[in-house]
Amino acid sequence: MAAFVEFDGVHKSFGANHVLRGLDLQVAEHDVVCLIGPSGCGKSTLLRCVNGLEPIQAGEIRISSERVSGRGVDVNWLRCNVGIVFQSFNLFPHMTVLRNITLSPRKVLGQSRAVAEDRAMTLLTRIGLADKAREYPDRLSGGQQQRAAIARALAMGPQVLLLDEITSALDPELVAEVLAIVRELAAEGMTMLLATHEMGFAREVASKVCLIDEGKVAEHGPPEQLFADPQNPRTRAFLRSIIAAGRL
Amino acid sequence: MTGAPTDLLSVAGSSRPARRFRSPLPLAILAALAGVVVAALLAESVRVFDRSLHVTGTGLAVSRVAELAVVVAGLAVPYCGIRAVLDARRAGALARQGHLADARVVAEDSRQWGWYVLGLSLTGLTLAFLFGFFGAQDGKVRTVLFNWHYPGGHIADLAGGFWINVKLFMVTEVIVLAWALLVAVVRLIPGRAGAPMRWLAVAYVDIFRGIPALLVLYIVVFGFPLAQVPLLSSLSRERQQFWLAVLALTLTYGAYVAEVYRSGLESIHWSQTAAARSLGLSHPQTLRYVVIPQAVRRIIPPLLNDFIGLQKDTALVSIVGVLDIVNRATILKGQDFNLSYMSGAALAFLAITVPLTRFTDYLVRRDAARMRAGGS
Ligand SMILES: Nc1ncnc2c1ncn2[C@@H]1O[C@H](COP(=O)(O)OP(=O)(O)O)[C@@H](O)[C@H]1O
Ligand SMILES: [Mg+2]
Repeated sequence: MAAFVEFDGVHKSFGANHVLRGLDLQVAEHDVVCLIGPSGCGKSTLLRCVNGLEPIQAGEIRISSERVSGRGVDVNWLRCNVGIVFQSFNLFPHMTVLRNITLSPRKVLGQSRAVAEDRAMTLLTRIGLADKAREYPDRLSGGQQQRAAIARALAMGPQVLLLDEITSALDPELVAEVLAIVRELAAEGMTMLLATHEMGFAREVASKVCLIDEGKVAEHGPPEQLFADPQNPRTRAFLRSIIAAGRL
Repeated sequence: MTGAPTDLLSVAGSSRPARRFRSPLPLAILAALAGVVVAALLAESVRVFDRSLHVTGTGLAVSRVAELAVVVAGLAVPYCGIRAVLDARRAGALARQGHLADARVVAEDSRQWGWYVLGLSLTGLTLAFLFGFFGAQDGKVRTVLFNWHYPGGHIADLAGGFWINVKLFMVTEVIVLAWALLVAVVRLIPGRAGAPMRWLAVAYVDIFRGIPALLVLYIVVFGFPLAQVPLLSSLSRERQQFWLAVLALTLTYGAYVAEVYRSGLESIHWSQTAAARSLGLSHPQTLRYVVIPQAVRRIIPPLLNDFIGLQKDTALVSIVGVLDIVNRATILKGQDFNLSYMSGAALAFLAITVPLTRFTDYLVRRDAARMRAGGS
C-alpha cells in the first residue's frame, strides 16, 4: 500500500533541544497509527509538524506525495486537509458550540451560514451533542467539550486527523464517550495519527503502533505483536513502566 | 519496608507549639483610652464648627440636632473600648479557673471589640478633621471654597463649558478605541518583514507615553497653527482648536490604551491561536474572530480606568485656550475672587467619574467572582 502520510528524515529542535532526530514513518490511507512513548519524547511535536504549527529543520513530510513541510507550502490550505484535536480541547470560550464548529467552514471554506450550520448539526447529532449546540463550552463536561472539538475538526472535512492525547485531560468516566467516536471514525476509514496513553485502546483500534524514542521511531508494528512481543529493549522498558502505573 | 526508621510518616514528624492563654487586657485598656480621646476630639471640633455657624431659627435648630447626633455617635468609640476591657477581664477570670477554651472564646470577643475601636476611631478622627477644617477661622473655608451661591449664579455658562469637556471626552474615546487597537495589532505583526512596522508602533507608544499630556496639547493646539501646519486650517478657530485638542489627547491616550490592548491580546493563551490556525484561519482572521473578542472582554476594567483619566485630563485643554468648564471657572474666579467656581467644576467632574469608577469596580468584582466560579 502506498504511503499517504510520509515522514522522511524529519529533524526538529527547539533551540539546543533536538527533539526529532531524523524520524521516518509511513502512514497508509485508512491507517490508524498510535504514537506511544514517555512524556517529552516528542509525540505532540511530531503531530504539530504535520499541520505546520511547528516548522521542521531538515527532512520532509509528505501527504499524498505532496511536500507539506518547508517553504512554499500554503499552510492554511494544508490545515483544511489535516484536522487536529488537542489534549486541552481549546474550544473558543466566547462562542457557542455551533459557532465553534461553523467558524472555519464559513470564514475559510466560504460556506454560507445555513449550509455550515446544517452540516454542523448533522455532525453534532451523530456525536450526540445536538442539544448542546447553543451552549457555551464552559457549560459542557470535559467529555462533551472534547467531542465538540472533534466535531469542529471534522467540519472541515479533513483527509487526516491528528489526535494529541485527547483523553488525558478527562475524568476516567468520560474517556469512553470520546474513544467511542474515535473508534467509529476508525471503522469508517478515517486516516488517523494519534498520540495516546490509553494502551488498551491503542491495542484495539490501531493498525500500527510506534514507540518514539530519542527522536526516532524505535519500534513499530501491529499492536498484537508490539505489546505481546516487543523486540526493542526501550519498548520493553516503556511497557514495564506503563504496567507499573496500572494502565495496561 | 516494615518498621524501618525511615518510613515516610515518621520522617514528616509531629512537632507543634504548646497552646497557652494570652490575655487581651493590655490592648483592651489601650483601646478604651483611645476611644475616650477620639470622642473628646470629635466633640471639640464640633464645638468649633458650631461657633462658626452664623445662622438662626430653623437652620440653627437643624444644625444643632445634627451636631448633637455626631457627638453622641462619637461615644460609640469609648463604649466599644469599655466592652473590650470587660470581656478581657472576664476572659482572664475564666483562664484562672482553668476554663481555657471558654477563656479563648471570650478573649476573641474582647479582640473583636478592639477592632471596632480601631475602625470607629479612624472614622471619628476623619470627621473631627472635617468639622475642624470647615469650622476653623470662623468658617473661611466654606465662604471662599464652597459657597455654592457663586457657581449657582453662572450655572448655564459653566454647564456650557462642561459640555465641551464631555464632547472632547466622548469623541476622543471613540477614536482612541480604534486607533489604539490598530497600534496594538501592528505590534503583533509576525515575521521579519513586519519588523519595521513593529518598531514604528513601539516608538509611538514609548514617545507618547513619555511626554506629559499637557506638553502634547501645547505643541499640537498652539504649535500647529503657529507653525502653519496645514491641518484643519479651513475650520473656524474654535472648531480647529477643538479638533486639535482631540488629536493631542488621542496621541497621548492612544499610547496608553494600546498598551492595555497589548496586555489583553498577550493574555490570551497561545493554545487558542494554535487551535484557530489549525482550522485554517489566517493570522488576521485568528485575531479578528478568536483573540481580539476574548481580549477585549478582559481589558474592559483597565480600559475604563484609562477613560476616567481621559475624562479628567480634558481639563488640561483650558491651558491652551479652549473654553471648557475649567477655563470658564478660572475667568469667573478672577472676577469675583472666589474659588467656589473651581469647586463647582470639581463637582461636575465627580458626577461623571464617580459612577464610572463604581461601574469599573463592579465589573472587576463580577469578573473575579466568575473566575472563582471556574467560568471563563
Ligand atoms: N514550543 C516549544 N518550545 C520549546 N520546547 C518545546 C516546545 N514544545 C515542546 N518542547 C520540548 O520538546 C520536547 C518534546 O515535547 P512534546 O512533543 O510535547 O512531547 P510529548 O508530547 O511526547 O510528551 C520536550 O522536551 C519539550 O520540552
Ligand atoms: Mg504531548
